[in-house]
Amino acid sequence: MNTSNSRRAFLFKLSVLLNSVVGAVLAVPILGYILGPALRKSSSYDSWVALGSVNDFPEGETRLVDYRNPVTTPWDGQTGGVACWVRRLSGTQFQVFAINCAHLGCPVRWFAQSKLFLCPCHGGAYYADGSRASGPPPRGLFEYKHKISGNQLMVSAGEMPTLATEACVRAGRSSCPS
Amino acid sequence: MSKLTQRGIQVYNWIERRVGLAKPVVETAEHPIPASSASWWYVFGSAAVVLLGLQIVTGILLALVYVPSAGEAWNSLQFLNHNITLGWFLRAIHGWGSNFMIAIVLIHMAQVFLFGAYKFPRELTWIVGVLLLLLTLGMAFSGQVLRFDQDAYWGLGIGASIVSRVPVIGALLVHALLGGPIIAGATLSRFFALHVFVIPGILLMSVGLHVWMVLRLGINEWPMPGRLVRKSTYERDYHELTRNNGIPFVPDAAWKDATFAAAITLAVIACAFFFGPFGPSGQPDPTIIQTAPKPDFAFLWIYAVLAFLPPALETPFLLIVPVVIIGSLLLLPLVAGEGEKHWSRRPVAVLMVACIAVTLGVFTRLGTYTPWSPIMDAWTSDPVPVEYIHGRTPLERQGAMVFQGKQCRNCHSIGGLGGLRGPTLDSIAARMTEDQITRQVLQGGGNMPSYGNALNPPETTALVHFLLTLRGQDLTPAVDASRRLTRGTDSPPPGRPH
Repeated sequence: MNTSNSRRAFLFKLSVLLNSVVGAVLAVPILGYILGPALRKSSSYDSWVALGSVNDFPEGETRLVDYRNPVTTPWDGQTGGVACWVRRLSGTQFQVFAINCAHLGCPVRWFAQSKLFLCPCHGGAYYADGSRASGPPPRGLFEYKHKISGNQLMVSAGEMPTLATEACVRAGRSSCPS
Repeated sequence: MSKLTQRGIQVYNWIERRVGLAKPVVETAEHPIPASSASWWYVFGSAAVVLLGLQIVTGILLALVYVPSAGEAWNSLQFLNHNITLGWFLRAIHGWGSNFMIAIVLIHMAQVFLFGAYKFPRELTWIVGVLLLLLTLGMAFSGQVLRFDQDAYWGLGIGASIVSRVPVIGALLVHALLGGPIIAGATLSRFFALHVFVIPGILLMSVGLHVWMVLRLGINEWPMPGRLVRKSTYERDYHELTRNNGIPFVPDAAWKDATFAAAITLAVIACAFFFGPFGPSGQPDPTIIQTAPKPDFAFLWIYAVLAFLPPALETPFLLIVPVVIIGSLLLLPLVAGEGEKHWSRRPVAVLMVACIAVTLGVFTRLGTYTPWSPIMDAWTSDPVPVEYIHGRTPLERQGAMVFQGKQCRNCHSIGGLGGLRGPTLDSIAARMTEDQITRQVLQGGGNMPSYGNALNPPETTALVHFLLTLRGQDLTPAVDASRRLTRGTDSPPPGRPH
């Protein structure tokens, strides 16, 4: 009686162990699936997108430009579009700003008369060169890397910029164009 | 007895013999509770359950039509509002039901706290209740995302920006929240899964556990000043109370629960009928930037708090304060599991509830009119009041045009119109001298950007002269005392002729 009992108890423990192993095996694809998008490197989303001919941007002006995000699915609909502010200083000197406020990501608007970007959410303000002017933002506007290819202005884009996922940091680090 | 009735009883007995649930259910319904607990103060928990049921029913009905696709969600909501018979009404009930549910859960929580019901042996009931509050708020936020409009889109942006502040794993959290690099199809799909499967599943299980513990441990008795909770004696005392002085929950107390549940459901239906559904507002198109996003009512206070934090404090505040708040809610019954239950002997508890309620109320109120936000079109929509131009010199009038053209109005109101971000300027010349105004305009400071690059010297002169005419109801102009000493005379104030 006692021996058979202990044998069954042992087999039960063995079956529990077996299920733990199966559970661990199953956890691999589940975690991999859930964390897949999270674990991708930020830079891996970025690719070069054409914003238009250099001549489309008058010197000394800042204009809103839309482009389609390089990574989209057919069911993204309108959300696959992205807007950015293009400032042409002169010649081939450009600055391309994300519309997302560095505070909480709301869309900033350019006011050419007062030469300010203003955020409608909490009143963050930035100067024409994207640097922080006032309000709650902890830094200046996010900037996209850009280059001129032929006559086209290209930006390296693909990701919503936040404090952790910015493509390029203006203050200090080297990834920004001068 | 008619044949039909007899047949009915036979069928009932046949089923009951196999299911065997009727007896325990009746016993549970009739379980004795302290007579003092059959109170109108004890109806909020059951009302929350009834509202949850309403949300589940209306939610399933909405899911019959709603399309959880970033490209189609907004259209399907418009279709629900306009093309489906009573679709607008179902959406309205679901939306208002959500607001009522949060309100009832909060009231329930405050009542339980003030009545000391979280104390021994009901600590875990409270802890599960805190979890239920968080899950309810999670349902509200994910539900707001499913109403896939501009507010939902930029609300996700705010959420992503908040989690991006977490050190080291910020980027990982942003990608996990959005399901990809941007707010798009994958984001909506995962919030749909959260709102429809994940959170409701956990919510229902937690409600089951919560109610199970309420039944197992008994409803809290009406607290008496001076009757202290002791772990060694409480359970014996409570059982004596229900044995000697108990009344059956059904029907002696349940009629109040049922009446209140009916009233609150009716209130939801009435709000839905008279005020209609929430949105959807503009399309979730990030290239349309003419928008001032705002969260739903339950989250307005957070939106307001985020306007007042200095930049250097914001990240620590966002990362530490929620942990402290949730942590102290969870630890409360473990730290204060014994002692006085009655509110009249717990002044700190009463004061805390009052302070929290006032704080939430004030921030929510501020969130409804966002005085910190610039009014983006004030400079083109609100004219300078006629009396502010009347009798002014050409230079001062030119200054009024600079004032308008340079968008000063977006942040500063005059004549009661314009933004509230900066101070109202109707009497600015009574507070600041010419030099101070010039310096403030050109260099900025405080919370104002500098306008040195946006104004040329003639514009600056004109603007400052216009501002010097703004002295409210003929207040004395501000003077620089040191200047008067050096000049030895009073210079006449510019502006309004006397």
